[in-house]
Amino acid sequence: MSNANPSGTLTGSHYLDGDHACSEGAIAAGCRFASGYPITPSTEVVERLSARFPRVGGRFIQLEDELGASIALLGAVWGGAKACTVTSGPGFSLMMEHIGYAAITETPCVYINVQRAGPSTGLPTQPAQGDMMQARFGSHGDYRLIALCPNSPQECFDLTVEAFNLAEEFRVPVLVMLDEVVGHMTEKVVIPPAEQIKVSERRYTKKKPGEGFKLFEAANGSMVPEMVKAGDGYRIHVTGLTHDDRGYPAMNVPTHEKMQLRLQDKIVENADRIVRWEEKDLDGADVVVVSFGITSRVAERAIKAAREQGVKVGSFRLITAWPFPEKQIAELSKKVKAFVVPELNLGQMALEVERVVAGRTKVVPVPHVGGTVHNPETILNKILESVR
Amino acid sequence: MSATSPAAKKDKKFRGVVVINRETCKGCAFCVEFCPLGALELESDYNAKGYHPPFLAKPELCNGCDMCGHFCPDFSIYGYREKLEQVAA
Amino acid sequence: MSEPVKPNPTSKYLRTERLPSIWCPGCGIGTTVNCFTRALDGSGFDLDKVAIVSGIGCTGRVAGYLNLDSFHTTHGRAIPFATGLQMANPDLKVVVYSGDGDLSAIGGNHLIHAARRNVDMLVVCVNNFTYGMTGGQVTPTTFQTAVASTTPYGAYEETFNLPRLVDSCGGVYVARWTSYHVKQLAKSMGEALNKKGFRFIEILSPCPTLYLRRNKLGEGLDEMKFYKEKSVIKNGASTTETDLDYRKEIVVGTFVNRERPTNVEAMEARMSEVLGAKYVPYESPGKKPAWA
Repeated sequence: MSNANPSGTLTGSHYLDGDHACSEGAIAAGCRFASGYPITPSTEVVERLSARFPRVGGRFIQLEDELGASIALLGAVWGGAKACTVTSGPGFSLMMEHIGYAAITETPCVYINVQRAGPSTGLPTQPAQGDMMQARFGSHGDYRLIALCPNSPQECFDLTVEAFNLAEEFRVPVLVMLDEVVGHMTEKVVIPPAEQIKVSERRYTKKKPGEGFKLFEAANGSMVPEMVKAGDGYRIHVTGLTHDDRGYPAMNVPTHEKMQLRLQDKIVENADRIVRWEEKDLDGADVVVVSFGITSRVAERAIKAAREQGVKVGSFRLITAWPFPEKQIAELSKKVKAFVVPELNLGQMALEVERVVAGRTKVVPVPHVGGTVHNPETILNKILESVR
Repeated sequence: MSATSPAAKKDKKFRGVVVINRETCKGCAFCVEFCPLGALELESDYNAKGYHPPFLAKPELCNGCDMCGHFCPDFSIYGYREKLEQVAA
Repeated sequence: MSEPVKPNPTSKYLRTERLPSIWCPGCGIGTTVNCFTRALDGSGFDLDKVAIVSGIGCTGRVAGYLNLDSFHTTHGRAIPFATGLQMANPDLKVVVYSGDGDLSAIGGNHLIHAARRNVDMLVVCVNNFTYGMTGGQVTPTTFQTAVASTTPYGAYEETFNLPRLVDSCGGVYVARWTSYHVKQLAKSMGEALNKKGFRFIEILSPCPTLYLRRNKLGEGLDEMKFYKEKSVIKNGASTTETDLDYRKEIVVGTFVNRERPTNVEAMEARMSEVLGAKYVPYESPGKKPAWA
């Protein structure tokens, strides 16, 4: 870990929306390349980057489509830059192939998705949290990644920095999953002095070319291989085909199994280092509301009302949706009577809660089609029903 | 393996050398067809993959121009010129 | 029989441990790669600073055989990957090497826009008139009446004239050769490597297993002879006169060679003009190796 570069970091107290806070988080994290394609409600992120980058030594390119935008950043990463792209809705669908490519090539990168209501064009300007399963499973084949869910502009800044750090640490694509409300809500955002912002630099190998470095070899007791960049003399090969430790294609089951399992295990077995959540009033709680993003803020009001009516209800806010904090939820499921899971979709993270709870206790989804947020009363009623 | 041409003409300061990797050849015959001097032919024998690799059938014609080397899609043949003084030394 | 005194001149440019290639006997892709190694040989470039990017398909495998920093990307997306690579590390010479289907069908949007913006890259397009890897389907360059696995009664759509397409989009160097024109091709690749901006070389090349066999056109060698017989070199020809027709004359040559600012040059000029001293130019990570 080192500190953020003071020349780009916009230290101070600002009044920013979530999209713009993501841009500033990216800059503070050392991102100096971004690719994008306009789409509501996420365009503001790259609009700000396109204005800020020329003043902080960064480069932005607006591509011809999301297919291009979602791979140009990967080229930039292999060229030695920290890079991100940003999208919403249909653009996220188009980017899926390259999220898989980033996963198999272990390219450290950040995709920001400001969720709107779908499917297809849906409600382009209105919120949803309907891409949560797509974030986890959207690209074909098995792979793991990290997805973070900010619930305020401040957290958009903080978690975008965190996303870049996790990407470097685990050589993995990291998704920052906003929803339209968080993306467009304007609040106070405090950007600390650069020396107080911890930044993970790329984990470049110390081996020089010719010293036996292998681009996809678990090394130094870590499941995460070290990186190099193009142009340094390693003559690397990077492919989306199943590959061996050198990166050479190898069309056989043992190589595929070794590669696939390491892609999985480097996240699963490091889950304790990755998983982040915020808990409140869990001691002695009968009901736990599991929520994320804007829904967590709507749920707060329902929780307050329920507590006023004497229900022992606590809150578990997902900050990482993926990997899912399954250890923590499983542990809670032994103590509480019910989980209530409000989200702006027809039941996605609720499925994950159900999987982890495995029938030990009740799971009450509070689905919502999106387009707006829950009425807190709906959540309150589900809380009350769950303990009845 | 390589095959060399003799110094056919008295005024020639070099001779042609052709190097052929029989086993990686796929027998496309580009080298045979486009050898400007017609010095190559395909073997009647097969290599391990079942293809007929080329051989320097008329060594006296080869001047080591490396056209065969340029055409080869499998990097299995190339030619070069060897100075005769070098050969003597 | 004696041990050769000189090594194969192509070897230092190849990952020889990965050979023989996957390409069929009589396929011309290897010949184009051979020419590319000759062009690299003559370029005097620091090979550590040359990166090759391919898409998917038979030609997409080129990246895997060249002993350079090499990227085998996704289908159709070699150009946008290369755009990011080049913009983020302008110390690299970036070459995209892919096929007609990959570059002009699924990747067609990127091809025209990279040419329009004049991204600093050389694009080598091996045009064998078919999707070889997937079994010989019709592509945007398959001639009318030629049979492909998805046009079993003969192709009927209009085709792309790729040099004309790239010319009209603003490419600064546009050439067409065939895999028969090995010397000209190597020279043209060398010229193009040494130029800045969006450069495009189309190479007509035999696909014996699918395109030729299905159309009863013989072996790879027969197609090479056909190229020899039917090609007419017209350097400087207007690309409006370079349309191809099934089994007709093939106009080859270097058609376009002009100068125009690259997208990055244009961006830097604009930012300097508007922002003045506030403009902070991008610092290339390519200036020093990460291990230094």
